[in-house]
Amino acid sequence: MDISGVIDYLIGFAIMAMIYAVFALGLNVHWGFTGLFNIGIAGFFALGAYTAALLTSPPPDPDQFEDFIFGGNLANQGLLDLGVDAWFFLGLAAAALVCGLVALIIGTITLRLNDDYLSIATLGIAESVRFFFLNEKWAANGSKGLYRIPKFLGDVVAPENYDYLYVVVALVILLILFAAVQRAVRSPWGRVLRAIREDEVTTAASGKNVFHFKLQSFVFGAMIMGIGGALFAHHVRFLSPLTFDPLLATFVIWAMLMVGGSGNNLGAVLGAFVVWGVWAGTQFLPGVFSDPSFRLLMIGVIIVAIMLLRPGGLLGEWRRIVASRPASAAVRDSTDPG
Amino acid sequence: MNLVSSRPRNLARPSRRYLRRIGLRMSPSRISALLAAGLLILGFLPFVKLGLVVNGLILGSVIALGAIGLTLVYGILKLGNFAHGDYMALGAYVAFFIVDGVLPRVGIEGAGLGPFTFGFPVLIALPLAAAVVALGAIALDALIYRRLRDRAASTAILMMASLGVAISIRGLVQLIWSGETQHYPRESRQVFHLPMDVRIPPDGLFVAVLAVILVAGVYGLLTYTKMGKAMRATSDNPTLALVSGINTRQVVWWTWGIGGALAAIAGVLLAVVQAQLLPIMGWKFLIPLFAAVILGGIGNPYGALIGALIVGVSMELSTQWINPSYKPAVAFAIMIGVLLARPRGIFGDTQ
Repeated sequence: MDISGVIDYLIGFAIMAMIYAVFALGLNVHWGFTGLFNIGIAGFFALGAYTAALLTSPPPDPDQFEDFIFGGNLANQGLLDLGVDAWFFLGLAAAALVCGLVALIIGTITLRLNDDYLSIATLGIAESVRFFFLNEKWAANGSKGLYRIPKFLGDVVAPENYDYLYVVVALVILLILFAAVQRAVRSPWGRVLRAIREDEVTTAASGKNVFHFKLQSFVFGAMIMGIGGALFAHHVRFLSPLTFDPLLATFVIWAMLMVGGSGNNLGAVLGAFVVWGVWAGTQFLPGVFSDPSFRLLMIGVIIVAIMLLRPGGLLGEWRRIVASRPASAAVRDSTDPG
Repeated sequence: MNLVSSRPRNLARPSRRYLRRIGLRMSPSRISALLAAGLLILGFLPFVKLGLVVNGLILGSVIALGAIGLTLVYGILKLGNFAHGDYMALGAYVAFFIVDGVLPRVGIEGAGLGPFTFGFPVLIALPLAAAVVALGAIALDALIYRRLRDRAASTAILMMASLGVAISIRGLVQLIWSGETQHYPRESRQVFHLPMDVRIPPDGLFVAVLAVILVAGVYGLLTYTKMGKAMRATSDNPTLALVSGINTRQVVWWTWGIGGALAAIAGVLLAVVQAQLLPIMGWKFLIPLFAAVILGGIGNPYGALIGALIVGVSMELSTQWINPSYKPAVAFAIMIGVLLARPRGIFGDTQ
């Protein structure tokens, strides 16, 4: 493999890692900051990806035996031409909106109840979304999938250079989302989320509407996941319901957040690169190590081992408030004659 | 259920509070809810195919065996065990290993025992697989969950760990037996024909009868043995159980043992009913399992039994109107409905 081949591979790797980093950020909002146990990331992943793909793909082509009805944006039908790139961003926004809406419904039902119910409900949503796209051919071509998802900016860059353009797009969007999440969790709103995570009853007792804050956090995180799904759709440019199996669309992302350190946004991004690096790297190993089943086993073992041995992950949460001495202790020290 | 105050002679009977908790004592709201459900079922009866109800009851018995273990673990250890489906798959594959790899070497082979498609080897493998998975579940608890409990980890952390266990078990099963479809040695058999176009596969009858026996066994164990009472007491109030001298460690072992054994048997029966084994079969079964547990109220084994039958029958009946591949989604819809209307299950309090 010559040097340009290596660079191409690394660019492709970086794009996937950054897309996964977006999901890890969304999961960090849910789990890392609020303690919401979402194991149905695949559902939001699929919804986001399909929403963006259907909004931007050309209309169904009967010659190709495509029989879905939603495909094609208004520009394709000659109604509203905003240019290709505008539709790309509209697709991102629509993906976020759809995921936010689904999260709103599921959250309203389950977040008033015990914590565990949310996780079971998200699992159900993920499976149901998959069944839906698998069985309802009119929605997105069923198991044959969508395979004419346009590139960002269309044919402005040569097809072989598309990844070089897309890595910049993914980086910019990741940076924007990172800044947004970072800002959100450092705000008073984010402090309430962490308070809920640590002690729900005390937070409620100090006058915060725990349910509303949880719901906002759940919707916010789900919207980020929707954007991640849309980014994925325009990168691989082929979607089928089988793309969204729980292993690659949920568990790997959990492993990323766990490894990087939940409660730390930088950790989430780092974890995405590390775990995706290990995942992609083991491909080249001989024998059993590149066996998908072995990697599945390893992902599970990593999650359990981190829970047992290093719950904070690589970076862990920066606990500024806890680390600094409480003000009352400082006062006591200064007045202490000894 | 308070063990401290109950005198020895009372130990032989379930306490009133326990009966009330499992719904054998009727409150007006509960009676009206059951009446409404009964009327709904009666109203639907002319429109449904009885054969589907029979299939649903068979599926429901498999769900019940899994759900009873799941609800016991959930109630006693406060752990919603995401690996429970994969314990089922593990049980099915251990039985497959015994039937396919071990027993032929000692000359025990065969399929088509009497009216059933499977042979004598499956009957031998059934208790062995149950024992293996039960011991495995206990070992995993000692290795993982006990340490997390000792650290007073939150339920979400415990569930996260169980998710890791679930993934690991599936990876291991795939690694050893490959992701391809397998099946126990089988011979095709005639189904029993009953009036009104009801057809019962003999295997289904076997599954249902075995499920009834096992559920009766669990009922006897929970109601009449000292360990069963200790388990119920721990489920109600773990701290009180500990201070009143119950050996909670043994309770934990028994809970995992029963849960694991029932899950393994459920897995084997599922493989018999579906006539195939797949590593993902257990994970796909999680939603019906949790739906049954939530329907019956978490920690309530009898509720889980009723919930499982309702979920099983609904899943099969739904195929009369909608695409059969939506069956798990039907279980999910039932679960969401219960969470909206009676979050503590049909036998729980309305508060």
